[in-house]
Amino acid sequence: MHSVSVQSLTLKFGAAEVLKNLNLDVAEGEFIVLLGPSGCGKSTLLNCIAGLLELSEGQIHIKGKNVTWAEPSERGIGMVFQSYALYPQMTVRGNLSFGLKIAGMAKDEIEKRVQRASEILQIGPLLDRKPGALSGGQRQRVAIGRALVRDVDVFLFDEPLSNLDAKLRSELRVELKRLHNRLKNTMVYVTHDQIEALTLADRIAVMRGGIIQQLAAPQEIYNRPSNLFVAGFIGSPSMNFMHGKTVDGGTAFETAGTTLSLSGYEGGAVGARDKAILGLRPEHLEMVDAPIPGKTIPAMVEIDEPMGADSLVWLKVGDVPVSVRVPVENRPEHGKSVHLKVDISKASVFDAVSEQRI
Amino acid sequence: MANTTAFDQVPSGKKPTPFITWQRFVVYSVLGVCALFFLLPLYIMVITSLKSIQEIQGGNIFVPTMSPSFDAWEKAWNSACTGLYCEGIKVGFWNSVKITGPSTVVSIAVASVTGYSLANWPFKMSEFYFTVLLLGSFIPYVVMLYPLVIITRWMGIYSTLPAVVFVHTIFGLPILTLLFRNYFASLPQELFKAARVDGAGYWGIFFRVFVPMSVPIFTVAVILQITGIWNDFLFGVIYAGPTNYPMTVQLNNIVNSAMGGKAYNVDMAATILTGLVPLTIYFVSGKYFVRGIAAGAVKG
Repeated sequence: MHSVSVQSLTLKFGAAEVLKNLNLDVAEGEFIVLLGPSGCGKSTLLNCIAGLLELSEGQIHIKGKNVTWAEPSERGIGMVFQSYALYPQMTVRGNLSFGLKIAGMAKDEIEKRVQRASEILQIGPLLDRKPGALSGGQRQRVAIGRALVRDVDVFLFDEPLSNLDAKLRSELRVELKRLHNRLKNTMVYVTHDQIEALTLADRIAVMRGGIIQQLAAPQEIYNRPSNLFVAGFIGSPSMNFMHGKTVDGGTAFETAGTTLSLSGYEGGAVGARDKAILGLRPEHLEMVDAPIPGKTIPAMVEIDEPMGADSLVWLKVGDVPVSVRVPVENRPEHGKSVHLKVDISKASVFDAVSEQRI
Repeated sequence: MANTTAFDQVPSGKKPTPFITWQRFVVYSVLGVCALFFLLPLYIMVITSLKSIQEIQGGNIFVPTMSPSFDAWEKAWNSACTGLYCEGIKVGFWNSVKITGPSTVVSIAVASVTGYSLANWPFKMSEFYFTVLLLGSFIPYVVMLYPLVIITRWMGIYSTLPAVVFVHTIFGLPILTLLFRNYFASLPQELFKAARVDGAGYWGIFFRVFVPMSVPIFTVAVILQITGIWNDFLFGVIYAGPTNYPMTVQLNNIVNSAMGGKAYNVDMAATILTGLVPLTIYFVSGKYFVRGIAAGAVKG
């Protein structure tokens, strides 16, 4: 049984279709991340699952129950918002117990649940403070606690870490992962931050224009992006794209006057295409001094960006900027002509017209 | 170190000037004169109310009295004649309280719920409805007076307290609804969503989440309504009926009733008594009142 199941969901605001015939099945206990640029519909989808937006068409099931028209509180969900959305006039305890009080729960049961949540999230000493007297990280913990006390099946996170500074964000990220390991709840998490997506998710749904572009495990998405958009969106620095065409019956790729052999490409035979794009991640290129026929492209070093652990070198292949990740001690001379050795087994080839991976 | 001249020896920019400059002196002098000019009527009212009638007739109005007495205040409150009855302005005071209290409460209750609905529970045509409501505030009151007489008569409440409360509520709605709608719309939308996820309904969100967060705007609304309704003359004289005339109407009757010579000291005392309620509110609620004025400025 799926924990959350979204079936052919369409949402229109007036004439604009924000979500287009969208399907998504989330397994029990799965951590799924909805990732995409702003305006891609990821938060809208989350709000639909929460019942805060009325859908135009389609159905939503949570734990096998059809909740398409159910109130948010009847869906067995807890939600954490970007702005924390704590009730400012209530203490932390008041915030945690508000929903339970409305549900008419007995006092000692409320107290028990608040205690448990405050232990898990280590907010015990803060219980009698008001949100105004808490730091951003503490507030977000309380907001998570508010979902926790409700003892729900599904947690919904709407960019919960975006308002925090970088250090706190990475700390809370780890804590969230720990929390998920402990609770084993289903979690649906919206973010535009690919690091959060790659580190937290069991599966990532990359969205654009109200459509899920690819739904797969993080490593799969990173290594085998299904189309040009996903390839460009995931990865920092992003994937290098070289425009060209396939030659020799699809066994080689020609770009900038150089021919690269495609033997060993894991997508198999790519066929003959007049317009194709070769996608290569910076770590799948290597700078070498001498050319190897069919495996290297000539390039010229422009600048390099040392980043501590390693260094990113920017080169030009013809007019196209290409980045290569190299060990930090290998700082190349600027303006030097080198050859880039391509690891074709890790590459992606896209059709330039359909933008799909071949 | 040898080349210290490389640094500018004179700091750039203008040195801060001392507090008292001739420009400031002029500004404060003009402000002082203005303040005196506007305070003069109040001064004359207060000293006149403390004089005896002989002293008023014989003396200069600017000269303070040598033997201040509160007789005129006592008479204005307890026994001045307001037409047929000679029970003083206290009758009007209590009528005004009876009008202002319910009108303020009812109008704010209705407007806050309306504003909340418009801001957070948009329905079909809600924007249109809001526009119509706002248009209402641009229509001159006088146009509505006679229709409202007919409506209240038809409702069977004409010339009673409920009629005047009803009318004040109606005329308070456009501006108050605007005030509350904008305030509720400015509260974080996620808070509303969080409350819905927590299971709070329409009234639950309003009373348990929004109202406790909205003390400032309720204060502004209360001030706006109390001062406005207390100062009202027109609706009181038309809809309240003679037995319920508010203080402003009674004051007019005291000042205009021609029985013997003009009792200026009593008139002045009655006027001050009438103005005391809004005046107290102005002083006590300074910053909130300014906000209320600023909010009211939209009305045009």
